[in-house]
Amino acid sequence: MSSLNWTTDFLNQLNSTEFSIVPAFLPGDKTALWQIESTRWQQFSQYAIEQKLRWAAGWAEHAETVFIVNACFEKEGIYVLLRTRVNAGKPELPSQATVYPAANRSERHTQDMFGINFTGHPDNRRWTRHQAWPQHSYPLRKNYPVQGEPPAITPPDMDYPFVKSYGEGVYEIPVGPVHAGIIEPGHFRFQAVGELILNLEERLGYVHKGIEKIAEGRTPESLARLAGRVSGDTTVGHCWAACMAMEQAAGIEIPPRAALIRGILAEGERIANHLGDMGAICNDVAFIFAQMQFSRLRELWLRTNATIFGHRLLMDTIVPGGVACDLSEASCALIKQDVVRLRKELSELMPAIDLNSSLEDRLYTAGYLSPEIAEAFGTLGYVGLSSGQDFDVRRDAAYPPYDQVTFKVALEDQCDIASRFWVRYKQINAALKLIEQFIAQLKDGVNLNESQTLQAEWQTPQADSEGLGIVEGWRGEITAYIRFDAGNKIARYYPRDPSILNWPALEKLTLNNIVPDFPVCNKSLNGSYSGNDL
Amino acid sequence: MNWLIAIFQTMLFVLLSPLLAGWIKWCKCYLQNRKAPSLLQPYRDLLKLTHKQPVVSEQASWLFVTAPYIIFSATVLAASVVPLIAVNLPTSASADVIVMVGFFAFARFFLALAGLDIGTAFGGMGSSREMTISSLAEPAMLMAIFTLTMTASTTNLSGAIAHVLNDGMVLRPSFVFALFALILVAIAETGRVPVDNPATHLELTMIHEAMILEYSGRHLALIEWASQLKLMLYGVLITNIFFPWGIAEDFTGKALGYGLLAIMGKLALLAVFLAVAETLVAKMRLFRVQEYLSFAYLLGLLGMLSHIILEASR
Repeated sequence: MSSLNWTTDFLNQLNSTEFSIVPAFLPGDKTALWQIESTRWQQFSQYAIEQKLRWAAGWAEHAETVFIVNACFEKEGIYVLLRTRVNAGKPELPSQATVYPAANRSERHTQDMFGINFTGHPDNRRWTRHQAWPQHSYPLRKNYPVQGEPPAITPPDMDYPFVKSYGEGVYEIPVGPVHAGIIEPGHFRFQAVGELILNLEERLGYVHKGIEKIAEGRTPESLARLAGRVSGDTTVGHCWAACMAMEQAAGIEIPPRAALIRGILAEGERIANHLGDMGAICNDVAFIFAQMQFSRLRELWLRTNATIFGHRLLMDTIVPGGVACDLSEASCALIKQDVVRLRKELSELMPAIDLNSSLEDRLYTAGYLSPEIAEAFGTLGYVGLSSGQDFDVRRDAAYPPYDQVTFKVALEDQCDIASRFWVRYKQINAALKLIEQFIAQLKDGVNLNESQTLQAEWQTPQADSEGLGIVEGWRGEITAYIRFDAGNKIARYYPRDPSILNWPALEKLTLNNIVPDFPVCNKSLNGSYSGNDL
Repeated sequence: MNWLIAIFQTMLFVLLSPLLAGWIKWCKCYLQNRKAPSLLQPYRDLLKLTHKQPVVSEQASWLFVTAPYIIFSATVLAASVVPLIAVNLPTSASADVIVMVGFFAFARFFLALAGLDIGTAFGGMGSSREMTISSLAEPAMLMAIFTLTMTASTTNLSGAIAHVLNDGMVLRPSFVFALFALILVAIAETGRVPVDNPATHLELTMIHEAMILEYSGRHLALIEWASQLKLMLYGVLITNIFFPWGIAEDFTGKALGYGLLAIMGKLALLAVFLAVAETLVAKMRLFRVQEYLSFAYLLGLLGMLSHIILEASR
C-alpha cells in the first residue's frame, strides 16, 4: 500500500490529538482498517468531515458480548473502514448522523436490527423494523431465530409518527405503499399547499426480507446467489460486490478472463437498466412514443442476454472465484452486433428526444438537487454525477477489468431531471465502448487459450477473515462487507445498495416542485426499494 | 318521424362513441410501434365492467352512487343537442349550444362532487384540478362558439350548421381562429395529452382519472362511457360546424346514410390528427395549462374581433 496518500497525514493528525489509531488493513491491503474507542465515534466523524471524507456505509455485527460497529469512509478512491466495539450489555454509541446526514438512515437500521442506541441521533424513530415488530426484538442479534418470531396476525403499522404540518390550506397526501403501477412498495407522505410540495417524507422497509439474517451460515456459492437477489435489477452488481469481498477474504485472485466477462455482464446490466429508466422518465410525462422505443431496445438487449447467458437479468452468472459461463466466439460476435445496433438506434432516437420542446419543458429545471445537498447525503451514481459529485468506482478505485481500460465518466451539471436523463445516455455510450474493449481483450493472445480458466480454485478462508467488495453498479457504488466463520461459512454479510444514500436526496429534490411532478422526479432517481430494505 | 330520427341519432352517438375511442387507441398504438387491441376493445371493457360488482367505500354517500347515472344522462342529453348525421332535428331545435355547455357543466359538477365525496386525497386533488381547468376552458369555449353563432345569427347548432352549408365554401378568418380555439378547448375538456393523460397509472399526475379512482363495476363503466361520449361530442362539434358537408338536410334514407358515412369518415380523420398530436408532445406541466387555455381564449377573442372587423360589416 502506498503511503503517499491522504490517509497518512490524516492518521498523523488524528494521533496527534486524542486518538491512538494503529493502522491496519483488510485482507488484500486495499482498505485501511482503523479501530477506535466507542466514545470517540462521533469525534472522528468531525475530523473526517473537515478532511472532506465521504461517508459511504455503516453496519454492525453481534459478537457474543460486544457489538462491532463499522463505518466506511472514502476520499479520492481510497477507503477507510472505521471500527469500534460497543458493550452488548449497554449498547450506546454517539451518533455520526449529526455530522454526516448520509449516516442517518443507516444508523436507524442498525438501531432497529441490533438495539444499539445512537445517542444524539437527530431522528431515532424506527426505520426498517416497523411498528408491527415487538418492542424489544432485534433480528440481527445472534439469539434471534432465523425464521423470526412472526405473530399469527401481523398488526398494522399504524402509528408511525410522520412529520406534521399545520396551517391554512395545508393538506396531506398519503401515497402507497401499494401503487397503481407495477413497482415495489414504499410509502410517501406529502405535505402540500395547493399543488406545491412543502415536505415529503419517505417510509420504506415494506420489502424487508431479512437478507442479512439469512446470509449467516451460508456457503460462498449460496451467498453469491443470495447477493444476486438483494435487488433484482442489480443482480450482477451485488453479486460481484459480494464475490469480491469473499475473494478478498479467501485471498484469491480471479482469472483475467473471468474479470473481463464480469465487466461485460456489469456493463450490460447498466445499459439495460438505463434504457428502462430513460423510457420510464418519458412515460411519466406522457411522452409514450419514447417509452415504447426504449422498452423495445431494452427488450432486445435482454433477449440477447437470455440467449448468451441463459438469464434475461443475468442472475447467477457471477460465482465466487470467477464466472459461471464463458463467452464463445459466436457470443462475442452477437454482443458486438447488438452494440452496433443499439448505437445506431439510439443515434436516431436521441435527436428526436433532444429536439422535443415539450419534453424539454418538463425535464429541465425540475427536481433540482443542489451539489451541496448531493454531497451532504453522499449521493452516488447518476444522481451524484448530475449534481457535481464526480465519483465513479471504476475510475477512482479501479478493480479488474476496469484497471486495464480507459473510459470517460459521464458528467452533467444542471442538477435536474434532464441531467439525470442525459447522464444515463452518456453512461450507456461509455458502457458500449467498454464492452467493445473487453471483447477485444478477450480475443487477444493468451485469452483465446483453451486452458484459460473461468474460475479460480476456491480456498477455504480462515475464521474471522473479512473482505469489503466495492464495485460500481448501475445505480452507483455498491459496497458489500463479508466476514467468514470457521468452515467456509458466512458470519456476516452487509450489502449497501446505492439507493440507501440516494433515497434521502429524493426528499430534498422534490421540495418546491409541484405534486404532479413528483412521479417524474422519483423516476429520475429510481431508488431500489428492495436494496434499501434488505 | 323526426323525433324518431332524433332519438336514433342520439342512440348512434351513444353506441359509436366507444368505437371512436378504440380507433384513437388503434392509431396511437400504430404510431408508437405497438400492436393495437381490437377496435371493439372499449365495448368489451364496458361489458366487462358491467358484469363486475361495484365496490363502494363505506364513507361514500348516496351522491357517490348516483353521480355516474347523472353524469351519463347529462352527457347523453348534451349529445342529443348536437347534429350528428342530420340537421333540423327537433331536439336540436329545442335546445341551443349554451344548453349543451350547461349539460357539460352539470355533469362535471357531479363528477367533482363525487371525487370529493369519498374523502380521499386523490379524489379531492382531481376535483380541484378539474375545476381549475374547466373554469378556464368554459369561457374559451363559449368565446369560440359565439364567434360561430354571430356569423349564423343563431345560438342553435343546427341553424349554425345549416347556415355554413348554405353559404358554401367561404374562407372566414373568424372560423379559422374559432376552429383552433375549439380544438384546444376540446383537448383540455376531454382530458387528452398534453393536458391530462388518460392512460396513466400515476395517481399524483391525474386530473380526470383521480376523481374516478374509487369507482368500479357499472359505475365506472358509465363514467368511462360518458367520457368517451364527451370525446365524440367534441369531435362532432369540430367536424360538423367547420366541415359540415355531407350532413343530411332531409330525412330520406339515402341522405341519412350518407350523413352517417360522412361523419364517420370525418371523425376517423380527426382521430388520426389527435393521435399524431398526442404522440408528438409530452404532457405539459400542470401550471402551464392556464397559459394554454388563455391562448385558446385569445384565439376565440381574435376570432370574434376578426368577425366584427372583416365579416360583420358586409
